[in-house]
Amino acid sequence: MLKNRIIPCLDVKNGRVVKGINFVDLKDAGDPVEQAKIYSDGGADEICFLDITASNENRDTIYDVVEKTSKKCFVPLTVGGGIRSIEDINKLLNCGADKVSINTAAVQNPEVVLESSKKFGSQCIVVAIDAKKNLDKWVIFTHGGRNNTGIDAIEFSKKMEDRGAGELLVTSMDRDGTQVGYDIELMSKISSKVNIPVIASGGVGNLDHLVDGIKLGNASAVLAASIFHYGKHSVKEAKEYLDSKGIPVRI
Amino acid sequence: MNVTIVDYNSGNISSVINSFKEVAKDKVNIEVTSDLNKIKSSDKVVLPGQGSFKSCVDALNNINGLVDTLNEFVINNKKPLLGICVGLQMFADIGFEETETKGLGWISGKVSKIDNLNGKYKLPHIGWNQINIVKESKIFKDIENNSHMYFVHSYEFIPNDKNVISATTAYSSKIVCAVEKENIFGTQFHPEKSDKIGLQVIKNFINL
Repeated sequence: MLKNRIIPCLDVKNGRVVKGINFVDLKDAGDPVEQAKIYSDGGADEICFLDITASNENRDTIYDVVEKTSKKCFVPLTVGGGIRSIEDINKLLNCGADKVSINTAAVQNPEVVLESSKKFGSQCIVVAIDAKKNLDKWVIFTHGGRNNTGIDAIEFSKKMEDRGAGELLVTSMDRDGTQVGYDIELMSKISSKVNIPVIASGGVGNLDHLVDGIKLGNASAVLAASIFHYGKHSVKEAKEYLDSKGIPVRI
Repeated sequence: MNVTIVDYNSGNISSVINSFKEVAKDKVNIEVTSDLNKIKSSDKVVLPGQGSFKSCVDALNNINGLVDTLNEFVINNKKPLLGICVGLQMFADIGFEETETKGLGWISGKVSKIDNLNGKYKLPHIGWNQINIVKESKIFKDIENNSHMYFVHSYEFIPNDKNVISATTAYSSKIVCAVEKENIFGTQFHPEKSDKIGLQVIKNFINL
């Protein structure tokens, strides 16, 4: 039986780990390579790096982080943030990333998803959808949540599947950093719209939120940052909790 | 000993390289090449594969003499080869991804899309699934039945002779996830991404 995945996410800036609350107020919390190794040794099913380096001159730091991590961690490694082109994807994969998650570029130019999934295979193309609720629908935000595109997130998810995305990483911008739980309605709407796996993200504050993401949101995988990062819970604890709630996990 | 990972532009093979180097340490030489002479003289060959069946077969054919060299290595010289993911799928006679494409024909059978039972199951089959070991295989030494391995694929290999199947995994149906036929080994899962247990599969192959 296929297991639901738990994916700890590390926000990386200038080669160091940070985690923001609603994308501001960042704290430095260590070396990404060591952090990733702790997670993979602790049973993380995948590791996700989100590169939030702002300045162009420091953008190469992520390549170094990915290269070092991929020599120490032998579980899938997904890298997102600032990916603009096929060349960026190629460079990250060559450094040892197994998947890349594309956000702004996929919205601005959906053909980049088609082109990259053809070139590298759908298995390594994750499209990251950042959505915010607006009345009765969800709209997509880009540029780390600063730009409202007005695009309907549910329709867009289907379009990304058609372009060859292998997975969707869905983040609720309303919930991100709030620790009040995933936007379950958003997750389940997208999950029932597409036939590819959905990774739920944004808003996890306790282990029950992970359970809800899978049971109610129908997510194949759950991504979380701060509950693991500040030592509130270990990945192992999270898995044991999910297991106790009847969710299939790799233990 | 020399183990060669065939570099034929089949997509991202850095994880395969990293994992083999991690297991080999300094005791075994890991080559990453498409140089025909180096492949011929190596003791073991690893055939990775990402992307579609067609794109991988095309990439093999694009390197002059590579398919002949692999045939000689596997069929005539009976030296060990490990195919990973599409690397395993290409053992088949034929694949149906994108368009009908001829495979290497080392293990007769076909590669077709996993039946998702009218959308009941998500595709690709991505994540950790347990393997059911159905026959003793040298690459499963010290690996317990029902171990978790990491999968990512939408197509499955269906061999004609069920005796070649060494493990299956349960998804929408029972999917063949490992084969062994004499000197030919293959895994549909990614041992290079399957944590310590996956590295054990790699170690077993290196130690054959």
